[in-house]
Amino acid sequence: MSTLTSQSVTESTAPRPRFGWLITDSISVSRRHLLKITRVPESLFFALIQPVMFVLLFAFVFGGAIDVGPNGAQSYREYLIPGILAQTVMFAVAGITVGITEDASKGIMDRFRSLPMRPGAVLTGHTLASLLQNILVIIILSITGFAVGWRIHNGASDAALAYLMFATFAYSITWVGAWIGLHMPNSEVAGTAGLAWIFPFTFASNIFTPVATMPGWLQPFVLWNPVSCLALAARELFGNPTPLLGDSFPERYPVQLSFAYSFLLLAIFAPLAVRAFKTRNK
Amino acid sequence: MTLAIKASGLAKAYGDVVALNGIDIEVEQGTVLGLLGPNGSGKTTTVRILATLLQADSGSATVGGFDVATQQDDVRSVIGLTGQYAAVDEYLTGRENLELFGRLFHLSKFDAAKRAAELLDRFDLTDAADRGIKGYSGGMRRRLDLAASLIGRPNVLFLDEPTTGLDPRSRQGMWEVIEALVADGTTVLLTTQYLEEADQLADRIVVLDHGNVIAQGTSDQLKSQVGGDRIEIVLENVSDISRAAELIKEFGSAPATTEDVTKTVLLPVAGGSTAIVNIVRKLDENKIAIADIALRRPTLDDVFLSLTGHATEVNEENSAPAKGRRGRKARS
Repeated sequence: MSTLTSQSVTESTAPRPRFGWLITDSISVSRRHLLKITRVPESLFFALIQPVMFVLLFAFVFGGAIDVGPNGAQSYREYLIPGILAQTVMFAVAGITVGITEDASKGIMDRFRSLPMRPGAVLTGHTLASLLQNILVIIILSITGFAVGWRIHNGASDAALAYLMFATFAYSITWVGAWIGLHMPNSEVAGTAGLAWIFPFTFASNIFTPVATMPGWLQPFVLWNPVSCLALAARELFGNPTPLLGDSFPERYPVQLSFAYSFLLLAIFAPLAVRAFKTRNK
Repeated sequence: MTLAIKASGLAKAYGDVVALNGIDIEVEQGTVLGLLGPNGSGKTTTVRILATLLQADSGSATVGGFDVATQQDDVRSVIGLTGQYAAVDEYLTGRENLELFGRLFHLSKFDAAKRAAELLDRFDLTDAADRGIKGYSGGMRRRLDLAASLIGRPNVLFLDEPTTGLDPRSRQGMWEVIEALVADGTTVLLTTQYLEEADQLADRIVVLDHGNVIAQGTSDQLKSQVGGDRIEIVLENVSDISRAAELIKEFGSAPATTEDVTKTVLLPVAGGSTAIVNIVRKLDENKIAIADIALRRPTLDDVFLSLTGHATEVNEENSAPAKGRRGRKARS
């Protein structure tokens, strides 16, 4: 009879999972990633050096050849900076893809999954840490932009909205990176695959050159590309040159569309990534 | 009897490859079960299912009384898991790692710090506590990993090949730590491909091969399945072999076997030490010179060989320390 008793399933005694745990667990996990940045400052350095290089190269090397406004090179620099901010936000996604794949291959993911923590917190913590790093990079890039002649012409509230828009989009798009990372076999593959999809979205956009300079068959993609919307919206909000193609929907409502894209990406990829995390290797 | 782990009919396949073919496992509270088997026998799959990391295709299991499929949070709050790879963050210090896992176990900040300090001290890692894991030796990483799995004071501890890849001294250290945990009443499910390790640590052993349980029992029970003690006599001259075998057969419980190459006669015996005396006397009377004589208890290697018809087939990449040790043990 005693065996019979021990076979029966015990009533749950653990405290019921609370939503508050998702928050505290996320903070613990993001703290881990932020500590990691302080241990390997090189990673932050190279995350910064690349966009700064792009600013300098495009501002001084290619800038003169691309006509976006009446003031020549100066107009181009103003046009360029919002584009570089959008590009930076995109490229940062590759980092989280590699990071998540690396965690998964090293066994620490198993440790997390064997703890009574909220499973989603492993991802929310990682994406939050990535957002904080992104914000830092955006600030430093803005300062660099200011140094090469970029200016904010509209009011502080428009500028604040632009930065909020970048942060929102940056956070949402990292979930795409997390989702991809959970499907990669190892960090080498994650390194290439994590960048591969970013290139067409980043370069088939208006971030470096106006849409009008591109072939007609490509223009619809470029116009609706979230990266273009983000850059165009930021240019409008900062009061930078916005050479428009026509009056298509994405050119009329870039700010609204950017936020819509952000929420849509988050709504699709956050649940997908959490599900992939829970079922990975099951 | 209270069962800390009970699994029945656990099965898992990856595509066409059957990892587990419906196995039953029972582990009593406070005891150590050794899951023994070569790579690919289903040990890790079993542990992953019991630790809620993997969903079984069929069968059911409870750990600490909780169902691993439907009460995952409850299971996770009573278990600790140490996998084959040190599951810690390379860039953090030992203390930061333990505090992180403590926080994720929902200890308060204060308690997490206290528990981390306690465990660092217990595992002899206090000096290295504030250094990055990158500088830790293999043995230190494993100890930290084990410490991490103890953060929540688990009743049931899963150790998946806890000493694979460790040098003999670190392995001995791990064994001592595990023995101390068991003395405190922790239930342990240990997987290993080192027969010696199961022998040393486990109260009961389950032998897995190709996803099936092929034998279970205590180490002694398994050994008696392959016969009792044997006396191994190495002679000076190979020409004496058949005469020696004939002379000593009256002391054996079964016919002697001989090996010309090693000049060895093996005789199964019932009463070990008295037989040795008799054999030495008999051979001496007949002027047969003995180079070496020893009483052999069967090893788990012998058990595995007799159960499966093949040796343990340890994979080359992991086998260097294992083969060396087993080889020495078999001859010592």
